[in-house]
Amino acid sequence: MAATLEQILAQALKLLEQATDLNQLDQVRVKFLGKKGGFTQQMKQLGKLDPEQRPIVGQTINLAKAEFQTQLEARKNALQAAELEQRLASEKIDVTLPGRGQSVAGLHPVTLTLRRISKIFASVGFKVAEGPEIEDDYHNFEALNIPAHHPARAMHDTFYFDAHTVLRTHTSPVQIRAMEAEPPPLKVIAPGRVYRCDSDITHTPMFHQVEGFLVDTDVSFADLKGVIYEFLRAFFEKDIQVRFRPSYFPFTEPSAEVDIECVMCDAQGCRVCSQTGWLEVLGCGMIHPEVFKAVDIDTEQFTGFAFGMGVERLAMLRYGINDLRLFFENDLKFLEQFR
Amino acid sequence: MRFSEAWLRELVNPPITTEALVEQMTMAGLEVDSVEPAAAEFSGIVVGKVLTVDAHPNADKLRICLVEVGASEPLQIVCGASNVRANLRVPTALVGAVLPGDFKIKKSKLRGEVSLGMLCSAQELGMADSADGLMELAADAPVGTNIRDYLNLDDTLIEVDLTPNRADCLSIEGVAREVAVLNKLQVTMPASTEIAITHDQQLTVTVDVPELCPRYLGRLIKGVNAQAETPLWMQERLRRSGLRSLGPLVDVTNYVLLELGQPLHVFDATKLTGGIHVRSGREGEQLALLNDQTITVDADVMVIADQQQAVALAGIMGGSVTAVSGDTVDVFLECAFFTPDKMMGKSRRFGLHTDSSHRFERGVDPELQQRAIDRATHLILEISGGSAGPITEVSDTNSLPERKPVILRSERIGKILGITMPEDEVQDILQRLGMQVQTRDDGWQVTPPGFRFDIAIEADLIEEMARIYGYNNLPQSSLLMRSELAKAPEALLETDRIKDLLVDRDYQEVITYSFVDSDIQNTIAPDDTFISLKNPISSELSVMRTTIWCGLLQAALRNTNRQHNRVRLFESGLCFIDKDSSMQQDKMLAGLILGSVNNEQWGEKARYVDFYDIKADVEALNALTGRELKFVPGQHPALHPGQCAEILTADGEKMGFLGMLHPTLEKQLGFDNAVFLFELKLDLLLDKKVPSFQPLSKFPSVRRDLALIVDEKVAASAILEEIKECNSNVIQDVVIFDVYRGQGIDAGKKSVALGIIIQDSSQTLTDSEIDAIVTNVLEKLAKNLDATLRE
Repeated sequence: MAATLEQILAQALKLLEQATDLNQLDQVRVKFLGKKGGFTQQMKQLGKLDPEQRPIVGQTINLAKAEFQTQLEARKNALQAAELEQRLASEKIDVTLPGRGQSVAGLHPVTLTLRRISKIFASVGFKVAEGPEIEDDYHNFEALNIPAHHPARAMHDTFYFDAHTVLRTHTSPVQIRAMEAEPPPLKVIAPGRVYRCDSDITHTPMFHQVEGFLVDTDVSFADLKGVIYEFLRAFFEKDIQVRFRPSYFPFTEPSAEVDIECVMCDAQGCRVCSQTGWLEVLGCGMIHPEVFKAVDIDTEQFTGFAFGMGVERLAMLRYGINDLRLFFENDLKFLEQFR
Repeated sequence: MRFSEAWLRELVNPPITTEALVEQMTMAGLEVDSVEPAAAEFSGIVVGKVLTVDAHPNADKLRICLVEVGASEPLQIVCGASNVRANLRVPTALVGAVLPGDFKIKKSKLRGEVSLGMLCSAQELGMADSADGLMELAADAPVGTNIRDYLNLDDTLIEVDLTPNRADCLSIEGVAREVAVLNKLQVTMPASTEIAITHDQQLTVTVDVPELCPRYLGRLIKGVNAQAETPLWMQERLRRSGLRSLGPLVDVTNYVLLELGQPLHVFDATKLTGGIHVRSGREGEQLALLNDQTITVDADVMVIADQQQAVALAGIMGGSVTAVSGDTVDVFLECAFFTPDKMMGKSRRFGLHTDSSHRFERGVDPELQQRAIDRATHLILEISGGSAGPITEVSDTNSLPERKPVILRSERIGKILGITMPEDEVQDILQRLGMQVQTRDDGWQVTPPGFRFDIAIEADLIEEMARIYGYNNLPQSSLLMRSELAKAPEALLETDRIKDLLVDRDYQEVITYSFVDSDIQNTIAPDDTFISLKNPISSELSVMRTTIWCGLLQAALRNTNRQHNRVRLFESGLCFIDKDSSMQQDKMLAGLILGSVNNEQWGEKARYVDFYDIKADVEALNALTGRELKFVPGQHPALHPGQCAEILTADGEKMGFLGMLHPTLEKQLGFDNAVFLFELKLDLLLDKKVPSFQPLSKFPSVRRDLALIVDEKVAASAILEEIKECNSNVIQDVVIFDVYRGQGIDAGKKSVALGIIIQDSSQTLTDSEIDAIVTNVLEKLAKNLDATLRE
């Protein structure tokens, strides 16, 4: 005897209940909704009924079928959820184990510092220029108003190759080369290696400087003060005190040395600032008329300022490095601290 | 320049503290380097007068002294100094005194005899590094006076680091002048006294070189006592300026040098033969100097000579033959002006640097000589007695420096300093500085005083304005300057990008010295001609590198020696090669790797780096440019002959090398692992291709894999080159995915597996079309490389 609709539904729901995985569940679905499935068979028999009976019975079958489908869907969701749960549980790993693959290294602290300096000046339109490190006497000294035997040469312990060829003692010759190459207005910074014949606890025979200069029709010492002041505050990311002291460089007039309040002790006085609360960080001034003369720039029309700073010194102050010699020993334990 | 604050304040005494004074000087460009007390801390020491000296009953070397110290009763003090004697006045530490180093004086018994204090040496007071007896005070030293008051020890020593342009401040008078300007005060110098001329003997003075020595003054002083004691006040001032007392005659010249900035020299007149001759040195002429050094001079240096020989290196140092001594009776006092330009570099030539040469090189006031010689004469007569003769002077007015008037335009002050200065203020500053000022329509005509060698052009005067006005009082403007949009050249790869890529690929940047050891240089690049420094700091830093590998290998070794077994470094910078006798400076980029590919990690088998790892890094660098590179088997003395590639640009320009460090070098340098290196000309790497769009094909691509058997000698690049040369515009890419040798492949052969990706831009290719393309490729490979398809 054919089973009744109620029996079919009851059986179907029971089998749904018993299915333990999605495969079994699908078999149940086929068993009842497939071509030969229980509900399909029921529908096929509708044709044998009276026409007026058909919609009523048909609706009953559809209701039963809908009930089954709802339950099927629910069961499917439940089984899927359980399956996912199980998979997730089985795939649990120790997330505290380190990651694999290639690591990342770092830049030298001098490069990091040079980049920051360049970035700050580039933001107001300074362009980067470079020059040779083996330099002729003319560009390193003569054109910068440092004639032979000038006492200022004693301040530069120069490495020589021959009487006319030296390792540049500062980045200032790039100033000459840049002014020879292009007419004003000029806004240039020149970072690079420089060399002095001096080696002790506070000197290395090679170090880095950044030279910067600006030439235009209306540049004054006030502009120089503004630029240096804003640069130092940007570099140290701090509203530090800055002071300008008269000094002497053959290639600037007036010349100044610039001190900042000691960033190591907040100007309280420490070993680094020799208890003065001040640190000398750079030299600057208005470009000397003799320098302009050497590069054929009209001093009546143009004025300009120039400045020069030691990169290692700034890096030491910025990062709290206490020994200059570490920069060139290239010990990974030191270098790895800078990213 | 180092001096006593008390001395300065005797000349000019602004109502400000030491701290404010020092700050003021620093901010005016006389940078104060150090400020320290003139004497160590001590107390309870007074001037004592030794009344009697008796033998100690229990000790041979000790004496029992009765010392008057201004108290009601003299004190009994036991003393061991050899120069203790009756009537000597000496610093006496009373019971309760504290000597430097916190040494307290107590009532004590020395070998059974009571001692109520201590007689002191200069060393015990911290006023000298050593002493060989008690410090002897003047016979009129007031007994009982506190020694700190008597010797003015509550004084400060100020050291000023003067810039080379401020020679005018190389004297206490010069510093006082500056302090007076800053405080609007006047300097009070010791009154000049008329020198009584008491004999008429003179030495003839001949000057051959007036352009070097435009002014020479000399004077004979006869009958001096060279053994007279230099007065304590002078000794103290000298000491506080860092000079030792060397007898009254030399002390006086040193004192005048400190006081006025004029170097002088005293000759023992009896040791001079005939008159003075200021001339150029004679070729090969020998001169024994005061410092026991004997130099050989030539025509390039100026000497002071007598009729026989050179007796002094002019303006630098006197000779030993004519030096004054304790026996000297007659002296010849020299006071000259030497031209600064002509003095520059002369002392350095002989490795000398003296107080005298320092001043002459920078410029001594050419109007100072008369005053200075009279001042020195006065002091010699006062201390050593004697009789002064007339001054002999030889001057060449034409050769004396002339202070030319300088025009200062008020408009220019504004332009340079960015401030409008009131005209009366400008004039006031100029006048305070001792300048002669005449007003003009556009400003002033200014004549600087003789001692200001540094004022020659308008800018110098503007600096003076700024300096006296105060740099920190000058305005500061915010950067509002002409600006233009920055250029962004896309065909130029930025060096920063290259460095970042290497850092991202785990290369640590290093910076090594550009000069290296010539042995290392010769070992690594024996074929390069390097450039040597004339004056290297050491042999390890004596020649310019021709390759960054010198520094990289040393940096790597430093780290492998410190237990780093994986090292990856790069550096960029100039290398220097002597090519056809010209110094070539090329910007290079170099890298080094050794050890495992990755840091030690779990779950992966460690693998050591090889040639293809470092090659991938070079390829990645080049990939930034969008250009092609060629790698061809190469030879480099530092690299393994079988693992060395020369790198060429697509145009065939030589760009650098990459490869494995030669095993011999690896061992010789001390590495435990294979080292791989690359070095490239950085400029060639910066040439970037600006992207140019190619339409995308809408049709499917097909991949055909081939396994080819070729001779071992056939390079992979040759196979790829052949396929490329098929000139088929539908072959989009070729990848090598396996190279196999061994079973199934004849000896001397290898199997290279390729994937060819084929795609047409206008149609879907049919199988037969694809087959035709592949067949064409195979035929070409067979013909040119003898390649066969692997069965």
